[in-house]
Amino acid sequence: MFVFILIIVLLAACSPILVPWLASRQKVGLLALVPACLFVYALTTYLPAVADGQTFLKTTQWMPSLGLTLSFYIDGLSLLFVLLITGIGTFIVWYASDYMRNYPDLGRFFLWLFAFMAAMLGLVTADNLLLLFVFWELTSITSYMLIGFNHESEKARKLALQGLFVTVGGGLLLMTGVILLGSIAGTLQISEIVQQPLAAQGSLVNVMLILILMGAFTKSAQFPFHFWLPNAMAAPTPVSAFLHSATMVKAGIFLMARLHPALGEQILWSTLQLWAGGITMILGAVLAYTAIDIKKALAYSTVTALGTLTFLLGIGSQAAIVAFVGFLIAHSLYKASLFMLAGAIDHSAGSKDLSKLGGLKKTMPMTFALMIVAALSLAGLPPLFGFIAKELVFEAALAANSGLVLVAVTMASLSVAVAIILIIKPFLGSDALLPQKPHEASFPMLVGPAVLLSASLLFGLWPRLVDQGLIQATVQAVIPNAADFYLSIWHGFNAALGLSVLALILGIVLVRAWQPSRWLAEKQRLFSESVGPEAGYFKLMDFIVWLAIKQTRVIQNGRLSNYMTVIILAVVIPVGYTLLTQHGWPDLPKVAPPNIYEVMMVALLALSTLFAVITPARFASIISLGAMGYAVALIFVHFSAPDLGITQVLVETLTVLLLVLVLVKAPGFSSYASRGEVIRDAIVAILLGVLMTLLVLAALNVQWAPSISDYFIENSYELGKGRNIVNVILVDFRALDTLGEIFVLAIAALGVYSMIRLRKGSS
Amino acid sequence: MKKHKDILIARNLSMVHRHDDSLILRTAAIIILPLQLVFSVFLLLRGHDEPGGGFIGGLVAAGAFSLYLFTFGIRALNRLFWVSPKDILAIGLLLGLVATVPSLLSGQAFFTALWLEFYLAGTKVKLSTVLIFDIGVYLTVIGTLMTMFTAIANPRDYRS
Repeated sequence: MFVFILIIVLLAACSPILVPWLASRQKVGLLALVPACLFVYALTTYLPAVADGQTFLKTTQWMPSLGLTLSFYIDGLSLLFVLLITGIGTFIVWYASDYMRNYPDLGRFFLWLFAFMAAMLGLVTADNLLLLFVFWELTSITSYMLIGFNHESEKARKLALQGLFVTVGGGLLLMTGVILLGSIAGTLQISEIVQQPLAAQGSLVNVMLILILMGAFTKSAQFPFHFWLPNAMAAPTPVSAFLHSATMVKAGIFLMARLHPALGEQILWSTLQLWAGGITMILGAVLAYTAIDIKKALAYSTVTALGTLTFLLGIGSQAAIVAFVGFLIAHSLYKASLFMLAGAIDHSAGSKDLSKLGGLKKTMPMTFALMIVAALSLAGLPPLFGFIAKELVFEAALAANSGLVLVAVTMASLSVAVAIILIIKPFLGSDALLPQKPHEASFPMLVGPAVLLSASLLFGLWPRLVDQGLIQATVQAVIPNAADFYLSIWHGFNAALGLSVLALILGIVLVRAWQPSRWLAEKQRLFSESVGPEAGYFKLMDFIVWLAIKQTRVIQNGRLSNYMTVIILAVVIPVGYTLLTQHGWPDLPKVAPPNIYEVMMVALLALSTLFAVITPARFASIISLGAMGYAVALIFVHFSAPDLGITQVLVETLTVLLLVLVLVKAPGFSSYASRGEVIRDAIVAILLGVLMTLLVLAALNVQWAPSISDYFIENSYELGKGRNIVNVILVDFRALDTLGEIFVLAIAALGVYSMIRLRKGSS
Repeated sequence: MKKHKDILIARNLSMVHRHDDSLILRTAAIIILPLQLVFSVFLLLRGHDEPGGGFIGGLVAAGAFSLYLFTFGIRALNRLFWVSPKDILAIGLLLGLVATVPSLLSGQAFFTALWLEFYLAGTKVKLSTVLIFDIGVYLTVIGTLMTMFTAIANPRDYRS
């Protein structure tokens, strides 16, 4: 699986060069071959084995000291997701190659799309909780880049940031949660955690459950975090179809299903899932019904589906888990298709507004036909797989209790209404006044829906194709020791069928009420904008900005001497207090009397410092600061630290040069400070100097732990193959620190660059 | 008067238009630049056994370029670099990450150093991921400093 991910990463890395080259030959669609090959490979190699009950686990070291391993685990659940990601991904890439044809920066688009695909594959196959978290955050970041792909639009940037904040905020909670889970369960390997239900109870376990659920709920847009998902529709349609319906938003669902064997029996876990899922289902369905933008309607309908999946996990019986898997497959097939078709309508007619579109049946007959099939699956009508899935949901709810049935029927009837509206509004009725002359969608834009819907039809007519293999294996992964089961399209006249008919009738009634209920929809929209969770999000953002402005005005008043005073006092007071109360006044160590060089070096140091402080000339001040640095370098060299000495000399030289460059622009070197301020600054500076001296003296007397330098000295040549210990430490023993430091350097440089250059550009 | 003199010295040191300031400086800069760059590479390569290394080497090289900047101005420096200093920065960071890939692929802990030793024309050559990493540090340091230098010594600021 690691190889799968590497292939996609490599493809992502090549995209900026490869895509423009392919685009000039009109062959961007060829990129779809890569996920297609991976799909076929997974289907032919893994599926037969996994259907037989086998699992695959491969572990490679990454950071063993942190318990972070590159371990990948394939069972039914992860294989199902791998197939969805690569399978739907294939058609998304093909679709995007045509849909995005006229967009600038196509290379960047495919870079992020493939980077997302790799992260998502990693997420669903990771066996290590920390590794899963790494991929989890990567999907959030790539999603951010894709939602904000039209980065020149302020709206897209803002909404992308909203999605990022919600999912990454949840991701941080998740990280805390999985670390807690790891310490409670005693291992970070998921395959070991799910061996048996977690026996532990108590408040720590409850905190852990809530944190993990928060991560999953934010990612999968559960109430009250549902608002980011419809806003993510600012992304180009292929992204919405892929990330925000079929794959990324199911990551939270995946995680909950993955941990179900271990945590499913915790009452808090299933109760929260039932409530969040139930509310999300109904809320999403109502909002989908009231939406006017076709992509928004689909997005809310996705929220409904995600709520349903969470709800089914909350019920947790075998019937519910079978329904969960069936609904997951059915939803991925029809929702990705619906998004692609909606994108085709937008691309062709230039509008996404359901109340303005109309009469496209004549110009877009193929799109119309596919839309009917997709909408029937959404509505849960036979003979599509969506019907089987919905019947399974009803059965699971019936077996649980009557309140849940009510929730399920409400959801189903609103879905029927949305499905019918999606057929009627854009395609039937009189020709509408459209921004551009509509035309039939092109082959790459229709092939995806056609294939996915054919699969939906096939699975609906012959459920035998999937139930014994994929679905059985997935259910086994979520609830071990599940009994055998069979799916079929006809169950006889039973309660579930009755509920289906009821939902259909209610749905048709709701369709008739669609036009008259528009004023209500408008009211509802205004209401949710003023008091809903989204309003809360914006209030929070405004508050943060307001606070930042306030505290900047108070703290950052623009005078360097004030900043320095605050910083130095913030160090001196607590550190000095701790030193004097905990350690006492340090003793003077016994040292050999200094020789003449040492006296001279210190004298040079002191003199140049003094001169730098008292000279009125700016240049003289800088040069004497440089001289001071050189004197320090001399001390390093004298005490046999040549590397430090060389570095000090070079840094001093370059600092002086930089200061000279800045000086040209600085205003005249006059003294603004009054005598009192000068004395105050001098006292502060002397305090720091005294504190540092005391600290050094104290450090000489105290040895908490054996010094690590002996280890470095002994092993520098043995392990690091170098005789220069400083360099071996820098690039081998502590290379991770160095890596962090060079990134800090780079960010500092870019900060300097943007502060100086970008300000100029805007003026 | 003193203040004016300060500004004059600074102007001269960071002069951008006038290339006729000092014949000695110009001649010296042309000779010193390649020597100092070679020396920086020397410091980089020997760094594992003797004083030196990527950080020090990068500082020396940045010093060489800044001498060139001070002598011939920002436009000449931009001509000398055929890529932006920011790209050098990016390549440096990338090499730092690339150095971690071999250990990852061979299934060892993150940042485990891998070595390749062989004899070339009688000399023992030690190649390693550590060296790649050090080159990354070297380029990052050059990129950082030159990004700062070129940002500050922007020709647009000296038009008056």
